[in-house]
Amino acid sequence: MDITRRQFIKSAAMQSAAASAAVLFPGISFGAWKNIDSGGIEWKKTPCRFCGTGCGLLVGVSGDRAVAVKGDPNCTVNQGLCCVKGYHSIQILYGKDRVTKALVRKNGQMVETPLKEALDLVASKMQETIKNHGKDSVAMYGSGQWSITDGYVSSKLFKGCIGTNNLEANARLCMASAVTGFLTSFGLDEPMGCYDDIDHADVFITWGNNMAEMHPVLFSRMLANRKAKNHVLIIDFATRTTRTSQAADKSIIFNPQTDLAVANSICYEIIRNDWVNWDFVNKHVSFHKGKTNIGYGTQDHFQFNDKEEPVDFEAYKAFLEDYTPEKVAKLSGVPAKDIKYLAALYGDPDKKVTSFWCMGMNQHTRGTWINNLVYNIHLLVGKISTPGNSPFSLTGQPSACGTVREVGTLTHKLPHGVVMNEGARKLAAKIWDVPVENIDPKPTYHTVEMFRALDRGDIRFMWIQVTNPMVTMPNLNRYRNGAKKDDRFIVVSEIYPTPTYDVADVVLPAALWIEREGFFGNSERRTQHNEQIVPMPGDCMSNTWQIIEVARRMGFEKQFPWSEKTYIEDIWNEYGQFHDNPKHRMAPYKDLKARSGLQWPYVNGLETKWRYNPKYDPAAEGKDFDFYGKPDRRAWIWLRPYEPAAESPDSEYPFWLNTGRVLEHWHTGSMTRRVPILHRAVPESYVEINPDDASRLGITSGSKVKISSRRGSVTMKASINGRGRPPQGMVFVPFFDESYLINEATLDAFCPISKQPDYKKCAVKLERA
Amino acid sequence: MPIFSYLAYPVEGAKEQLLNDLAALDFCEVTPAENKEILILVTDTPDEETEKKLQEKLRALESLESLGMTFGHTDTDE
Repeated sequence: MDITRRQFIKSAAMQSAAASAAVLFPGISFGAWKNIDSGGIEWKKTPCRFCGTGCGLLVGVSGDRAVAVKGDPNCTVNQGLCCVKGYHSIQILYGKDRVTKALVRKNGQMVETPLKEALDLVASKMQETIKNHGKDSVAMYGSGQWSITDGYVSSKLFKGCIGTNNLEANARLCMASAVTGFLTSFGLDEPMGCYDDIDHADVFITWGNNMAEMHPVLFSRMLANRKAKNHVLIIDFATRTTRTSQAADKSIIFNPQTDLAVANSICYEIIRNDWVNWDFVNKHVSFHKGKTNIGYGTQDHFQFNDKEEPVDFEAYKAFLEDYTPEKVAKLSGVPAKDIKYLAALYGDPDKKVTSFWCMGMNQHTRGTWINNLVYNIHLLVGKISTPGNSPFSLTGQPSACGTVREVGTLTHKLPHGVVMNEGARKLAAKIWDVPVENIDPKPTYHTVEMFRALDRGDIRFMWIQVTNPMVTMPNLNRYRNGAKKDDRFIVVSEIYPTPTYDVADVVLPAALWIEREGFFGNSERRTQHNEQIVPMPGDCMSNTWQIIEVARRMGFEKQFPWSEKTYIEDIWNEYGQFHDNPKHRMAPYKDLKARSGLQWPYVNGLETKWRYNPKYDPAAEGKDFDFYGKPDRRAWIWLRPYEPAAESPDSEYPFWLNTGRVLEHWHTGSMTRRVPILHRAVPESYVEINPDDASRLGITSGSKVKISSRRGSVTMKASINGRGRPPQGMVFVPFFDESYLINEATLDAFCPISKQPDYKKCAVKLERA
Repeated sequence: MPIFSYLAYPVEGAKEQLLNDLAALDFCEVTPAENKEILILVTDTPDEETEKKLQEKLRALESLESLGMTFGHTDTDE
């Protein structure tokens, strides 16, 4: 690399101008700027590999190696800013123990094997399993970190060609309640707003959402808005004190699970004070109730189907009588005055309010309900689908939206619609060139049930890509033991050794992120493209191409005809046929390649920032709002009661266990723990304990504590008054460290509607170790 | 040896003309925005005298509404 000082200064001048332009004109693009430093570093755009924010990065390449990262000033998401994971992201490519060759288990040992031979084995084993045990004995488990094309070809192979709906993705563990929340309230998935809401809002309320660590770039935008305007408020509503609480104007702590009651109580107060936006409610809202006492799904073969009944406003008002602030204060631990304060913020017609949430509301045995209830608040006051007024469900993973929710890599979904719908099956069969009878109209297993089926033996073959379920499944002991049974065959496409790799019969070396061309779809309906920026090491292959290779070996050459040179573009063009309507049209390949992400619906060259509002949304009709996802073209307010958690502390297990993430590590740490600076920052997991509880139990910071539930136990170091502080009666454990498998203690209870497990609430006891 | 960068705003409807006008000047590198009526101009002149002459030429452009400076460096900064 040879760059003169003058070239460097000119490059800085150019970047400064681009950054200024990005601030003045969000969305501005300088496609003609080739991002080439004459000194030898070439800068190429890509979305970040990590969270669902979808920050745009510029990766500096010298020769064949990625050598630098900076924020992409052309990307409106982050406007040139990155978080610590983003700035160090390229180092995940170069870990010393990178998987670069295929491995096959022979006599109990993993043996390096030619890739072609490993792919032959995967295809033949899948065919043999189908022949012996039926099509529903094989399964694929993917990821919200899959590129869009990975998910698309897996759906085509499993649902269209093999004819099984045994396709799930780890987004079931993180976003399923958001999906069912959107579907039940609006009839269509994904947020109506966008990140521009952050620049317009007067009040932010974070519902169980530690954005300062989990979505730090968006949190920075919130702080910038507050600093610029002076009157902006950030209210943190959570079960433990975090860095978000510390930066907020007010922190309100509630007892686990009682967010349901508080949300209803806010609505009670809005109605009692007549803060209802009657014009909006009368024209755009209808009222509905569903089943109650709906269970927790802890037993195998659990089934639940909700039954909707229309009700009127008076019935809703009567339902809320159980949720006066005074009653709810006793249950939730939130003072009545704080509930009234929250209601007053939402109810003030002069304040634009944005609510943010992520895992706190989604990993919840009533996850669908709490999503509905926060929408209820916004709908009652008409604060939705306009700049700054936004109930905003954030995603955890970079393509939970793009790949899992939009492509539909869940058992009941197709790229457009659901398998139960004949029209959706016919459309898929036509585009996929398969007989419509191939597509089974009955969903099979959601994620927890899929791993139960693997344990029972109903599933015998599972192919796992871009996820690490042997760290992340709740009630982990059962599912790990199931995967290790002798007559199960597990294929893992991986980049590094992990506990999931440890249970594999075949490991396929996967290309990572910018080693292959791909697409992600972020939290705000933004699709982002990256070209292949650096070469793949060894025998690595993109997950998409691995699936194509296996599909062809199984006889589906006709459905997977693409060349290795153009397959990503070809697949994108085929996939686009599923969404070719004004409600969901995706940007064309050439536009995505040129720009730093584009939001759908993308119609006539324009992005859609706010859905359901005819001023912004080409699919919306009428003068003000049009919730066209529902047959009555209204948004639905749901009567959803408080119901307790699946397992609560008792005399034997007196603490709540809450699990989650930390800023420096991505999910199970398989990538970020191989980045030295991130690893050194948080080298091992720990248990956060309230100082009063610790004092009572004689536990000091750094001392060993055994955490036990009815399912398993983990011994790890205590953290007291660290970055997070749980209230008395709760402990918090980050799950990034495979040396401390906290999910051996968690409970596999889930929301009966979304089937998403609750990782935030189960009962444990503590002992000094 | 000054180096400056600017956001260059064209008069209404004259973005293409301004792009051509700036590209024709010595010591100028210009990059148009794809989707907004604005351009980035980076100037790199060998000395103060040349810089002054360039500024005069820029002021004379009829297609240029205004320049907003975003970066400045001269050797006196060192």
